[in-house]
Amino acid sequence: MKRILAAPLAVALLASTSAHAQDKEITVASWGGSYQEAQSKALFEPASEAMGITVKQETYGGMADVRLQVSTGQVTYDIVASGSGSAARAGAEGLLEKLDYDVIDVSDFYESLYSDYCIGGDVFSVVAAWNTNTYGEDGPQNWADFFDTEKFPGSRAYRNTVSGALEPALMADGVAPEDVYDVLDSEEGIERALDKIRELRPNIAVYWSSGAQHAQLMKDGEVDMTTGWNGRFDNAAKDGGKVSYTFNQALLDYDCFAIPKGAPNKDLAMAFLAEISKAEYQDDLPKYITYGPTNKSAYDTGEISAEVAAGLPSSPENAAKQLPISLEWYTKWEQTAAEMYQDMLTE
Amino acid sequence: MSMTTATLRPNETGLRTDGRLERLRLFGLSSPAMLLILVILVIPVGWLFYVSFIGANGEFSLENYERMIKRRSYIRIFITTFQVSVLTTGLCILIGYPLAYFMAQLPNRLANLCLITVLLPFWTSLLVRTYAWLVLLQKQGLVNQWAMSLGLWDEPLKIVHNMTGTLIGMVHIMLPFLILPVYGAMKAIDRDYLMAASNLGATPRKAFWTVFFPLTTPGLFAGALMVFILCLGFFVTPAVLGGGKVIMVSMKIVSNIELFVNWGAASAMGVVLLIMTLVILWIASRFLRLDQITSGGR
Repeated sequence: MKRILAAPLAVALLASTSAHAQDKEITVASWGGSYQEAQSKALFEPASEAMGITVKQETYGGMADVRLQVSTGQVTYDIVASGSGSAARAGAEGLLEKLDYDVIDVSDFYESLYSDYCIGGDVFSVVAAWNTNTYGEDGPQNWADFFDTEKFPGSRAYRNTVSGALEPALMADGVAPEDVYDVLDSEEGIERALDKIRELRPNIAVYWSSGAQHAQLMKDGEVDMTTGWNGRFDNAAKDGGKVSYTFNQALLDYDCFAIPKGAPNKDLAMAFLAEISKAEYQDDLPKYITYGPTNKSAYDTGEISAEVAAGLPSSPENAAKQLPISLEWYTKWEQTAAEMYQDMLTE
Repeated sequence: MSMTTATLRPNETGLRTDGRLERLRLFGLSSPAMLLILVILVIPVGWLFYVSFIGANGEFSLENYERMIKRRSYIRIFITTFQVSVLTTGLCILIGYPLAYFMAQLPNRLANLCLITVLLPFWTSLLVRTYAWLVLLQKQGLVNQWAMSLGLWDEPLKIVHNMTGTLIGMVHIMLPFLILPVYGAMKAIDRDYLMAASNLGATPRKAFWTVFFPLTTPGLFAGALMVFILCLGFFVTPAVLGGGKVIMVSMKIVSNIELFVNWGAASAMGVVLLIMTLVILWIASRFLRLDQITSGGR
């Protein structure tokens, strides 16, 4: 008799505790490694403490995982960290929840660093980096220099996919930064950029596929110049690599957070995104990784020194020199352009 | 018909029933393996076929295959894949066959030592071996530095981040797959055959080509086929040593999953590679006796 009574009681208890926990728990998936560690220390942990909720962290393989979860109706992630471009495409495909900017305050955000489906978490730049043994401190100052093999003889490395690869080529071809995406808005414009890369091709020794790779290429002196993500070059230089780079004409891009369609704790996830987007958390990020905050006011809290700010992609001074990545362009053109790029690579 | 019934021995029917039972029993023994193959091979490959016909909007469509015809890169990537596989196999034969021959001539103890050195690389991760080649072959790498300090060449040679580097790495990784079956076939050859050949007046060269070599061909075909097929699906080595210029099917499959966020776009490439491989095997079986490979070289 006792047992019969106890069982439903236990079930009821279990149900109430799990319902309670579900109110107060969200699952965040990111890329792992030192990147997620930085996010965790600067954003996730302090914000979860302030809100009194539990944040379960996982690592995941990108939007393909989200697609699988959404299409099978088994969504377990409440928030995912993603590249801005793939998030934009996933959003257009209906894999993500629309973000509620009445809940998330973006009044101090750079305007290009949030979109309908994704809010920026950190800012990085695609820069031109050079070997200081080969060119000294006065390396290429813009993309025209990067593509000019007479003025700067030497080998180059370039991206092996289209993302961030066409804009520099067009700027080198004389297109003003503000007109780049207008020119790219047609197959002819994309072809024009590809032709510029074809010109440089005899000097391109490597097409890099990851940040670790382009950092290593510079550290080993395998190439004299490369495109790449600024944070990696900072780390390479710290390790004794002879590498320097410029923010001039760099591409301002960002990683962002999104909520998968049908996330189990959507509202709490939205509130959590609002929390981690505040300047008080964002200003801690550069302590752990050399990527900049997306919230402009993070530069005003005093946490980020002038010296640190000078090296961050999103500091007002550096941001002004750069071309922000256009997500609309990537949503509309990336698949076509990536295939055209691959055609060029395999010629 | 009447002939066969007429010549039936009295216990013929009984023997036949026994034979049938025997076959059933053997079938029963193999059923776990067959079930395993069904679960881990037939069903997934069938699913792969099905998914390759699903378009981006989730409905039946041929778009994944149309894309492969429309875009020039796909055919080139398939050509590169087969080119790398053929070259790797050819180089493995050129290096591996003489080495196996050399080992087959050695006394057993030395031959075993050689065999261990051939097998040793198997105990190191493929990724580690590939990166080791990168370190050795790059511009400031050991090979270039030593050769330049010895005065062999003045400018660093471009031996990595291209087809050369890819082939060096792949041949190194694939060599044991060729050497082992060839060595096995050579060890199985009775020395008396060669002596008989010389006794009949054959020069050593003639004895090798008319007696020894033909007896090693089953092992050679087995090894070459294994190397070739493993090469077709290779990913890490060309990705690391090819410098982004040697693009193989497996690499494009990965980038298609990321780019189209769509399993179909990747599955279709898998299907085409599978069919092309089967066609090559079929053509090979027309010219070579594939059944010899499985029958242990006799």
